[in-house]
Order: sequence, then structure tokens, then C-alpha cells
Amino acid sequence: MGTYLVGALNGLAMGSLLFAIALGLSLVFGMMDVLNLAHGAVYLLGAYVAVALLPDGVGLGVFVLAVLAAAAAGAVLGGALAAMTRAIPHHLDQALLTLGVALVVAELLSLVFGNDVHSIAAPAAVGGGVAVFGGTYPVYRLLVIGFGIVLAVAVYLLVERSRLGTVIRATVADRAMVAALGVNTGRVLAGVFAAGAALAAVGGVLAGPILGAQPGLDEKVLLLALVVVVIGGLGSIRGALLGALLIGQVQALGTTLLPQYASFLIFAAMALVLLLRPAGLLPPRTAVRA
Amino acid sequence: MTDLLAVAGLRGGYAGTTVLDGVDLTVAEGSVMALLGRNGAGKSTFVHTVMGMLKPYGGSVRIGGRELAGSPAHVVARHGVAIVPQGRRVFAPLTVEENLRVAARGAGGPWTPARIYEVLPGLAARRTHRGDQLSGGEQQMLAIGRALLRNPRLLLLDEPSDGLAPTVVDRIAELLEGLRDEGMTALLVEQDLHLATRLADEIAVMQKGRIVHRTSTDAFRRDRPLAQTLLGVGTQPSGPGGDRS
Ligand SMILES: Nc1ncnc2c1ncn2[C@@H]1O[C@H](COP(=O)(O)OP(=O)(O)O)[C@@H](O)[C@H]1O
Ligand SMILES: [Mg+2]
Repeated sequence: MGTYLVGALNGLAMGSLLFAIALGLSLVFGMMDVLNLAHGAVYLLGAYVAVALLPDGVGLGVFVLAVLAAAAAGAVLGGALAAMTRAIPHHLDQALLTLGVALVVAELLSLVFGNDVHSIAAPAAVGGGVAVFGGTYPVYRLLVIGFGIVLAVAVYLLVERSRLGTVIRATVADRAMVAALGVNTGRVLAGVFAAGAALAAVGGVLAGPILGAQPGLDEKVLLLALVVVVIGGLGSIRGALLGALLIGQVQALGTTLLPQYASFLIFAAMALVLLLRPAGLLPPRTAVRA
Repeated sequence: MTDLLAVAGLRGGYAGTTVLDGVDLTVAEGSVMALLGRNGAGKSTFVHTVMGMLKPYGGSVRIGGRELAGSPAHVVARHGVAIVPQGRRVFAPLTVEENLRVAARGAGGPWTPARIYEVLPGLAARRTHRGDQLSGGEQQMLAIGRALLRNPRLLLLDEPSDGLAPTVVDRIAELLEGLRDEGMTALLVEQDLHLATRLADEIAVMQKGRIVHRTSTDAFRRDRPLAQTLLGVGTQPSGPGGDRS
């Protein structure tokens, strides 16, 4: 019994990270129909920021600094991606451009950090365990779950309650119409692109003590995030949350029950959702068009 | 009277195909211009190009004397142009309130959400309903309210009566009449001749991406054969002069 509950907690931690990572991917797709294939590379950049700044057993302050540094690096890269993709008219070309950026970033990272597997330690203050379900569970992972909850609430308040959030949802529904109401949608888009990339990079730091950093991780994470976005519904924020929680659980339970089939289960879950609900679990409603 | 909108030699279309083949049209400040023409004549393309939602291939679009051809839509909007597009295009997942919030700028003008709700009580009752839960008439009211919140100098209306029941069309006509009497400048694309002649001071006719005729509404009313040859009115639901009333 305890094993499953620990697995469920692991799933929640994974779901929190996946939500942070998939959110930007989903919103950028919803707003401009562009799949940002560099999103995984942005995540990896964050993970290597953690490698560079976090020797074993650092204090919480340094860890927070690494999170902020990764957010800044991710925002800059996201802003650059927004500017580059906006200059290109066709969606396929835009996707190819982001793929090119992904390859360049990944190559640069492996030049700087080598091809070794780096493990990253949790900050010393939260490196221990607490008693849960008759065993011990890492405090750090509970904090990651807490981060996921705070993020979900913050995103909900921003997107559902603020004028900026209203404009973002309207832009997902009908971008040209929002522009005709005097909103510089290019700037909104760049902001969302940058914020989404910043979150992915922060995800890279936070996931560091769990997943480490190594070449190829960018592709794995991108694939997981894509599955989350497809399951939840492209452009849907609630969908991204639900998809992340679901995939987090599927992966954790799969690892507990059927380790050799864990990754197969994730794609089986996606196939099942697409079969039952082709637009995803919580698709954003699209605009009424002429 | 000065021209608030002055379009000259405007060419445009979609991905290289030409739809607008040199449009010349002016709308005087404080007047309503109706733009008529058969389906596919290029009326919506024209409206979208003036709004900056489509890039023109060439030509001039002046708003209050300022050249805005090729400017993006948000810039055109900030120079005082607002659109009520064909098909309404309310934001389906957003509530009525949120639809209006997207349009509301911080600074001034007579139109505020409170006044919109006052003039359109039907919308006030549906404030918390989503765009896709509204009837066609309510969506049209919302699209008009959203445009008015921009406090525009020039209002572009693309077939506001399209697909609506006669009683609803009448309510929209009354609303637009009120705006006209307050001095609103508007370009009204309309297939419903009765509505167009009721609201407009002048009438222009578009054919194959050009303005082929322009006249005062009074002269147009008296000249039934003209309407028939230019528009193929026999195929329209209502004739000029309004067999509807
Ligand atoms: N989004 C589009 N892409 C390509 N062609 C279009 C598009 N919209 C309209 N057209 C074409 O442009 C021409 C003019 O259409 P439109 O401006 O909508 O006419 P109207 O509003 O007068 O009925 C038509 O031939 C139509 O098929
Ligand atoms: Mg049209």
C-alpha cells in the first residue's frame, strides 16, 4: 500500500514539473499555431544552469538564485524565439526554425558541459526526508508539489481574473480580432513566449535533483510535454494541468508496477484520450468565425 | 465637410490573388456610407484591409488625413477605427463582460461598459454568459458594444443584419440610427437594401473589387432600375424602398 502512495506522490511531483513545462508550449501553440520544438532545449538550459550554479549541498538562497537565473535565461531565449518566428510567415517554417534552435542550443550545452550525466543535489536544508506512510519521503519532492499548487493558483488568478489574462485567452480564440481592438498582439505573444520559456527553464532547475541533466533529456521532456499538451487540448491551460497530473500519475504508477513498460503506458494513455476525445480533454473553445 | 476616411487606388487580396482592384472611396465626417455589392464582390476584403487586418498590395488609406495603409490592425484601431466584423466574431470562450473588457481602454470617451449595458439591456442580463451561449442577435449586440467601447471616430460594420430575425434586425437598426443621429461616421456593408437605405446618407456599389457607382441615398431610392442592374436585386430578399415594411 505504502508503495503506491509514494508512487502517487512521485506522480504529483512529476505532474507539477510537467505543468510548469507544458504551459508555455500549449499557450504558444494556441496563440500562433506554432509548435515550439525548442521548448525541451529551454528546459535543458535550465537544468544546466542548476549544474553550473549548484555544487552539492548549497543553501536555499543559492538555489533560489539559480531558479531566477534560469528564468532570466529562459525568458531571453523565449523572447528571441518569438522574434524569430514572427519574422517567418509559414507555420511549418516556424516549427523548423524552432527545431534548428533546439539543435544548436543542445549542441552548445554539450560542448560546455560535456556528455556526462550530471546529478544535482537538492539544497541541504531540504535534502532530508520526512515520515510519510510508514516510510520516509524526500522533503524536496513535497516542495516541488507545493510549487505546482502555487503555480496553478497563480496562473489561474492571472489568466482568469486579470485583464491581461482575458486578453491572452481572447488571443488564443481569435488573434486578428484582438488586434482590431487596439491590442498589440505581437507584444502579448512575445510576453507569453518568454514567460512560458522562463517556466520551462525553471522546471529544468526544479527537476534537477530528480532527473539530473544530460544530453537527450531535452527530447524526452519535449515529448512528454507534447503528450501533456495533446491530452489536455492544444491551447488550454486547464487542459495542461489535467494532462500533466495524468501523465505524472501514469508515469509514476507505471514505474512502480510495470517498470519496463512505463514509457509505453504514457503513449497508450495519449492514444486512448485521442480515441475518445480527439480535441483533448479540455480543449479551449474556438471563436465563432464568419 | 472633410473626409474622415479617404481610400485611393487600394489593391489587395489573399496570398497573391487580387480581390481589390483599385478601390476609391471617401466617407465624410459625420456621415454614413453604405457599401453594397453581390456576394464575393470584395466588400469584406475591403473592410479588413482598411482595418489593417489584411495587408494591401498598394494604394492609400487615410484616416483623418493620416496615411495608414499597411499599418497593423492595432495601430489602425488606435487611430480611432473599430470594426463589427462579418460573422460577429465574439470571443466564444469569454463571458460578455470579458469580451467588453478586451476592448475597454483605460482612457476616455463617452462609451463605457456601464453605458453599453444601459443602451443594450439584453447584454446586461447576460453579463456572465459565454460568447458561444448567446443568440445570434445577442452576439451582434455584443460585437457592436465591443466596437463602441473603443470610442471610435470611424465604425466599420460588415453585414450587421446577416442571418438575424426581422425583429432583431429592427432593434439593430434603431441602435445604429441612434448612433448616426449622434454624429457617428460609419461605413456600413449591407445586403439588406431596406436597412442600408434607412441608415445611410450615401450609397456606393462594389463590383469585382472596384467601386462602380456612388450616389446619395435619395437618388438611389428613386432609381429602381439602377439598383436592379447593379445588384441583381431580383435575387435579394427585399427590394429597394422596403417591401419589408
Ligand atoms: N480568407 C480568404 N482566403 C482566400 N480568398 C478569400 C478569403 N476570403 C474571401 N476570399 C475571396 O475573396 C473574394 C471576395 O470575398 P469577400 O471580400 O468576402 O466578398 P464579399 O464580402 O463582398 O461577399 C471572393 O472571391 C472570396 O472567395
Ligand atoms: Mg462579406
